[in-house]
Amino acid sequence: MSEDIIKDVIVRENEDYIINMGPQHPSTHGVLRFEVCLKGETIKYLIPHIGYIHRGIEKMCEAITYQQIIHLTDRMDYLSAHINNEAVCMVVEEALQVEVPERVKYIRTILDELNRLASHQLWWCAFGMDLGALTAFFYGLRDREQILDIFEESFGSRLLHSFNTPGGFMHDVHPNFQKRTKEFITYFRKKLPEYDQLLTGNIIFQERAKGVGFMSREKAIAYGVTGPSARGSNLACDIRKIAPYGAYDKVQFNEILLTEGDTFARYQVRMAEMWESLKIIEQLVDNIPEGDYTAKMKPIIKLPAGEYFKRVETARGELAVYVVSDGNKTPHRVKFRTPNFSNLFIMNELAAGGKIADLVAISGSLDLVIPDIDR
Amino acid sequence: MLNKQELSDLILEIVPEATFPEATQLTEVLVPAEKLLALAEGLKKNSKTAFDYLISLTAVDFTTHMTIVYHLDSTQFRHLVVLKVQLTDRENPAVDSVTPVWATAEFHEREVFDLFGIRFNNHPNLQRLFLEDDYGYPLRKDFRDEINIIER
Repeated sequence: MSEDIIKDVIVRENEDYIINMGPQHPSTHGVLRFEVCLKGETIKYLIPHIGYIHRGIEKMCEAITYQQIIHLTDRMDYLSAHINNEAVCMVVEEALQVEVPERVKYIRTILDELNRLASHQLWWCAFGMDLGALTAFFYGLRDREQILDIFEESFGSRLLHSFNTPGGFMHDVHPNFQKRTKEFITYFRKKLPEYDQLLTGNIIFQERAKGVGFMSREKAIAYGVTGPSARGSNLACDIRKIAPYGAYDKVQFNEILLTEGDTFARYQVRMAEMWESLKIIEQLVDNIPEGDYTAKMKPIIKLPAGEYFKRVETARGELAVYVVSDGNKTPHRVKFRTPNFSNLFIMNELAAGGKIADLVAISGSLDLVIPDIDR
Repeated sequence: MLNKQELSDLILEIVPEATFPEATQLTEVLVPAEKLLALAEGLKKNSKTAFDYLISLTAVDFTTHMTIVYHLDSTQFRHLVVLKVQLTDRENPAVDSVTPVWATAEFHEREVFDLFGIRFNNHPNLQRLFLEDDYGYPLRKDFRDEINIIER
């Protein structure tokens, strides 16, 4: 046994060069470690090591009520907090066969898209910075602030707003919500072309992104990659189209599909999705129906014994919630199938054979959020 | 797109022992552990079903038995099916790995091994994913956390 280990170390020392990228590397956007094996500057293979921020959310869920679970889902993909909340609410609503008011559906969908915009903006900032374009960071954060201000006015919190409850919302949105959302759309429609002028057309940026980290459609399916990362490889996987929830069946929008499959394609998909999000919000914000902000719910929620499964589209891909209930007020088992967990493990396929300098561009283009992987 | 009857006929062709629980949200199939890999391959290869996308792979501990749950989707037809395998052996539970069929299963299986202690035969790299080697299997119902993080 010990001889094997020594032999292993010697082989590695002679031929390969192992570098640990992380867990405290700024470009992994969280506590993630890549064990990278190099030959010269070329990556031979790459092993992701995770678990640094594993909090056991699934185990904690077994001891708390459904209303409390919502607060834990914020802490998975903290940039899609509202969408994660909605997924759990939808499981409970479907299990109890509660019909949520139209007003709730409209506002939820608007908030989903605002959340997606805020997430894509932060991704754009960070991706630019990963590739050395520091100015991008200031542009993106300036505009993201406008969305966070809308959130703050309505929910009192900017990032982790557990605003959804089973059946609707904690309280109604702020009276200014409609007006400020409309103001934001006009504002951001002017600002979004600046993003393209600053970064998309930049020749240095394009050289670093084009043809790097190719993902084929077959590989994307095999590894269960979803979200904008998969849509850059021509894989139609948008849950908003496949199984519409909320008010998505009432709006017109395009699912952005590109065929190139490289880092630049994934970048372009997200940029185009921002325009689509604006389109969705515009169609809904003027037509928010009046009415209750929540359906009538019992204070203690007990799901009928059985199994429930629900999927939503977060900013990074498909989040599936699987709940097994035994009829008590706490679930028997909760499983969160998070988009980043599946998206992470294609990294080896994308990076192997490429240069170490491209690794940051590839991991940035997958838009990983580490607490979502570890849960 | 297949209806429930056509799908169950196709499954019964590959695994005659399969049973179909009633009154479930999605179409569910209960298969014996030794027939799972054959069914997985069959469902993926058949051009009528084409279940090429493994959404999630997880396990549930029912104290009398443990169930492994596979949620499958088809990127072509967008129909769903749930495969289930029941394991009664708590000391040494094991089932065949489906990594050859869906590459993403490799990591989902490592997660299940980490949190439930279920072994997957012929898995390329069955190591713990999140926790340390001596931690125990926290998602089992008989797990006791000594520092009382969860139970109060």
